[in-house]
Amino acid sequence: MTGPFAWFKWQALFRDWHIFAEGFGNTLLASVLALALALALGIIFGVLGSTHQKVFKLFSRIYVEIIQNTPLVIQVFFLYNGLPHLGVMLPVLSVGVFGVGIYHGAYIAEVVRAGIQSIHRGQMEAALSQGFSFWGAMRHVILPQAARVVLPPLTNQAVSLIKNTSVLAMIAGGDLMYHADSWSAENIYYGPAYVTVGVLYLILCFPLAQFARYLERKTEVSA
Amino acid sequence: MIQLEGVHKHFGQLHVLKGINLNVNTGEKMVVIGPSGSGKSTLIRCMNLLEKPSSGKVIVDGVEITAPKAPVAKVRQSVAMVFQQFNLYPHKTVLENLTLAPILIKGVSKAEAEESGMAFLDRVGLKAKANVYPSQLSGGQQQRVAIARALNMKPRIMLFDEPTSALDPEMIQEVLDVMVDLAHEGITMVVVTHEMGFARQVADRVVFMDEGQILEQGTPAHFFSNPSHERTKLFLSKILR
Repeated sequence: MTGPFAWFKWQALFRDWHIFAEGFGNTLLASVLALALALALGIIFGVLGSTHQKVFKLFSRIYVEIIQNTPLVIQVFFLYNGLPHLGVMLPVLSVGVFGVGIYHGAYIAEVVRAGIQSIHRGQMEAALSQGFSFWGAMRHVILPQAARVVLPPLTNQAVSLIKNTSVLAMIAGGDLMYHADSWSAENIYYGPAYVTVGVLYLILCFPLAQFARYLERKTEVSA
Repeated sequence: MIQLEGVHKHFGQLHVLKGINLNVNTGEKMVVIGPSGSGKSTLIRCMNLLEKPSSGKVIVDGVEITAPKAPVAKVRQSVAMVFQQFNLYPHKTVLENLTLAPILIKGVSKAEAEESGMAFLDRVGLKAKANVYPSQLSGGQQQRVAIARALNMKPRIMLFDEPTSALDPEMIQEVLDVMVDLAHEGITMVVVTHEMGFARQVADRVVFMDEGQILEQGTPAHFFSNPSHERTKLFLSKILR
């Protein structure tokens, strides 16, 4: 009778460490790229959502509502199974990058919008009165101030984003979760495999989450 | 210098400006007074298009800024505004507040913008505060920095929208002193204020507004000693005690 965490299972895992390392690397890569995409989308749609132009606002609303109110898994399956029917074949890792990036972009857009709206409207007026264009005022006056407000919730979004790259496992994405899954499916050593990837995700996310707490305290003090 | 022709402004159901015709002449010091809600802030905000008139024309320096595709941002470079709430950029130091727009918008070199910025800070008595952040200053000091920031754009016109209304009483005078000093320089000024002493001292013309209309205008001498309109008399009797 051997337990799920028997020593020889751990030994097998350490022997195959490179599989987990590869998965860890892919998860890290997908996270960084997806975060860059999510930030770009989030800032663009967040600014659009904060303008007084009805068309821009509507555009931003549609994106945010559709993405926030459907499961991430369905969005990723759409990219993976649906797009090829339209003639678009994406490499599997970029399915993850686009899927998770677009998904978190919608959340970040809301964070950015709230951040912009927390800045007193006199700031925009002062900048406009000096001859700044709307986008110039955004870039030099509004967004630098909003950044302080949104940094803590943004860091929390980064944590969620890293964890959510694990949906890649469902489409053979080569990420950390996928490798743990397929490795343990062969030898049924599930115990060590899942504990190990759990710890690896924790190593990525915990420092970030701590950083978010730190930023929150800092903003409270300076506010 | 600034011409308003038949300017109306609606906020939803509210008719805030009811056909304003007004010319501000070059070098003139115009003081706009009137009860709260009379539309005087909306009026001055139409002069740099922070409020867009519902109808009518605003012409600044010969450019109709209410026209479609008018170079509004360009015109605003020479029309500086000082706000009731100061609106300094809190993420920038005092000196950076003064140099941001001249460098980015007018293309002035950093060294030049800083040199003229320091000169204006000296003039408002705050040279020593160049490297602190606005939050470390009192209200009166912040407003003096805001005036210096406006001056560093080298504007041809200065608009003051109730510049002392958000200040503690003991800080009002330091701001007014700076404004009086400016008025003696020949720059065109439009000032919305409740400070009747200031109006009397520097105004070339006092404009009295009530319920979105200009009821009466004239020199301070005429205006304070011999107002012709009943509404003006009532307002002055309440405010001058």
